[in-house]
Amino acid sequence: MALFFGRKNTPPAESVAEEPALDTPEKNAPKGLLDRLRAGLAKTAQVLNTDVRDLFKREGRLVDELFLEELRATLVRTDMGPAAAEAIVVDVRERLRARVVDPDVVIDSIRRQLLARLEQASAAVTMAASGPTVILVTGVNGSGKTTSIAKLAHRFTQQGKRVVLGAGDTFRAAAVEQLGMWAQRLGAEIVRGESGSDPASVAHRAVARAIEVGADICIIDTAGRLQTQANLMQELAKIRRVIAKQIPEAPHEVLLVIDATAGQNALSQAKGFREAAGCTGIVLAKLDGSARGGVIVPVTEQFGLPVKFVGLGEGADDLEPFDPERFVAALLAGAFATTPAPS
Amino acid sequence: MFESLTASLSSALGALRGRGKLTAANMREGLDGVRTALLEADVAYDVVNQFLDRVVADAVGAKVLDALDPAQQIVGIVHSELINLMGPVDHSLHLEAGKTTILMLCGLQGSGKTTSCAKLARKIKEQGRSVLLVAADLQRPAAIEQLVVLGQKLGVPVHTPDTVATGFAGDPVAVCNAGVARARKENISVVILDTAGRLSIDSALMQELTRIDRAVGPDQVYLVVDAMTGQDAVQSAKAFNDALELNGVIMTKLDGDARGGAALSVKSVTGVPIKFIGTGEQIEALEDFHPERMAGRILGMGDVLTLVEEAQRKFDQDEMQEQEARLRAGEFTLEDFKKMLLQTRRLGPLGKVLGMIPGMGGMQEMLAGADLEKDMQRLFGVIDSMTPEERRNPSRVIDQSRRRRIATGAGVEAQEVSELVKQFDGMSSMMKGMAGLGMRDRMKEMQRLQGEMTNPSGRLARSKGDTGKRLTAEERRKQKKQRDKELRRKNRGLQG
Repeated sequence: MALFFGRKNTPPAESVAEEPALDTPEKNAPKGLLDRLRAGLAKTAQVLNTDVRDLFKREGRLVDELFLEELRATLVRTDMGPAAAEAIVVDVRERLRARVVDPDVVIDSIRRQLLARLEQASAAVTMAASGPTVILVTGVNGSGKTTSIAKLAHRFTQQGKRVVLGAGDTFRAAAVEQLGMWAQRLGAEIVRGESGSDPASVAHRAVARAIEVGADICIIDTAGRLQTQANLMQELAKIRRVIAKQIPEAPHEVLLVIDATAGQNALSQAKGFREAAGCTGIVLAKLDGSARGGVIVPVTEQFGLPVKFVGLGEGADDLEPFDPERFVAALLAGAFATTPAPS
Repeated sequence: MFESLTASLSSALGALRGRGKLTAANMREGLDGVRTALLEADVAYDVVNQFLDRVVADAVGAKVLDALDPAQQIVGIVHSELINLMGPVDHSLHLEAGKTTILMLCGLQGSGKTTSCAKLARKIKEQGRSVLLVAADLQRPAAIEQLVVLGQKLGVPVHTPDTVATGFAGDPVAVCNAGVARARKENISVVILDTAGRLSIDSALMQELTRIDRAVGPDQVYLVVDAMTGQDAVQSAKAFNDALELNGVIMTKLDGDARGGAALSVKSVTGVPIKFIGTGEQIEALEDFHPERMAGRILGMGDVLTLVEEAQRKFDQDEMQEQEARLRAGEFTLEDFKKMLLQTRRLGPLGKVLGMIPGMGGMQEMLAGADLEKDMQRLFGVIDSMTPEERRNPSRVIDQSRRRRIATGAGVEAQEVSELVKQFDGMSSMMKGMAGLGMRDRMKEMQRLQGEMTNPSGRLARSKGDTGKRLTAEERRKQKKQRDKELRRKNRGLQG
């Protein structure tokens, strides 16, 4: 569209992304633990890596305002938000301004900044000491709750655990069927409710069933809701109470599924769901697209909610435990491999 | 937010008032606040920069007006520039008579395609046209079932693939072709194709969509975008537009608190108009897109116009007039109070209603924890437990024993009854003051009230009545007579 006439000549991201040099980190990538995460994050890594690397076309660059502006743009594009990006830029400015820098130094400082922001309590799923572990899964509409539940169920089944699913999304048309199809594929038991019935009663029956059959895990789906809908948020509190009546410590985990494409509204989501539903952790879904998921940086920082899992694809096994070191490493992975060593 | 935006601009530009011109240099600093506001609203980074360059280009050289705060002047420019960029609007579906129009919806996973299909179908059906929904999302488990259920609810036929029993097999192109053929045979005027969503960089999906596009030749292709989308909105919108040549955008989930900066990003990347916005899970929650409201929302300025419009649509006009008349006559009872609350509730969740009033954003936050619905039910319980006389004149009639009786009836503490009576007193004088004011003045009054409501004591203060319009001597005499008469009657009542 000719409406804009860009004053600055920032190169369009996709033309840079096509540079053949970018393929090298993938070829050189170690097989194994980082692969999946890195593949899922390839786009993010490319954006960050390419742009950062781009800043160092020659043998190091002067850290000036133009340099910082390019850095800021790169960071904001990961969805970490203007404040978090600015904090990093300020840090780089304070330490490196007017110096000609080795790219690794800057990348290292960004990595440390990101890690500091993602630092958090253990990301392992809290398990019940005895009896079934109850996991309540919440989130806004379309964030990927049901798919994430299927992946979680698959994960636990693979570990030899017995899983009971509670189809608590009784609101959206065919949501119960959607979970039912997954249950069938995964061989998990599912407790259903009528469409429009009380989700708390489904949760109750699911937990009761889990206790009855001696299941290890009970995962309860909920209808998508926006954090601003006070009455629906109250409903989550009610579901919690109903679950706690059967197992006092339950739900052991209340997971909030955040769409990796989400922008700054994820902050409001984390706030709302933490207050109303007592969220204990985050599943970052849909990280395999071009979206960057950088919003978890301010989310974890502001609300102390650990990210427990990341969803990396559409298959049942595309769910990985979240590890901040690996997340940041994958985010910046290419930067180390492709940055030519300064001579 | 808007207040803070203006404040940050004011501090940067305050010295300019009344002298000098806006220059690129003196605006840059001031526009930092605007930049942050736009980024926090999730407008794409490059779009923000291009946008601000435009604003500077437009405003440079403008003389700082004596009368205007330069900050206001710039916010004004920013606001109108946003409107320009997101407009012009085109709410038409471009349906042609005597021909089957094909609408195709596409978008990322979870953006709200299927729900939007149903909402569109309802809209078209309301216009008296026949619709056929085609379930071409063969990817997501139970997507077909979802559309079928929605179709049943709407009374709209849904074309489903024959492979529905087997689940995941089947070719979406074939399904779309068959659906369109069926619509033409049955003389159905609009076909809506619900396609599969995936992630934007998925070339398999893009190929599938391009194949459908080529095979069916849809008249209109709409992209469904989640209002909560972040910086990625640019990439996905571009990918879809490159593959499909979009004709319009539907932005969903605007009933939440997402600022919706993606609207600006998507518009500036694709150049196609945003046609509709989804504002709730209910099937009728599809509204026309208005750039001026979106501009305000992105800047955090509240959405007064939408509220006024919704109020006008949903409030029972007759009932309103009747109430208005009663208020003018100085009558306002608990019965009226209850009716009013019920009407307000019809607008939607109270929290949403409050959030649309400028400056009430804080209110919404404050009330977020409170269950307004439940509180309202308790209130109704109390009112329903009163005799008609008590409802008419609570503060005068309700004594201790009546209070106890009402509390028992409503299942609340006696304290809550007194509380209600006290609040009602404050409310009643305020309502009498507001009667006769236009919508705009009422909004103003509401804003003034907000200050009182958010004060620490949290009570509605008894406000002074409005001085109202200037009365003629004749009218004043009449009023005095009326007042004296009332007074005499009251005194008699008290004695007797």
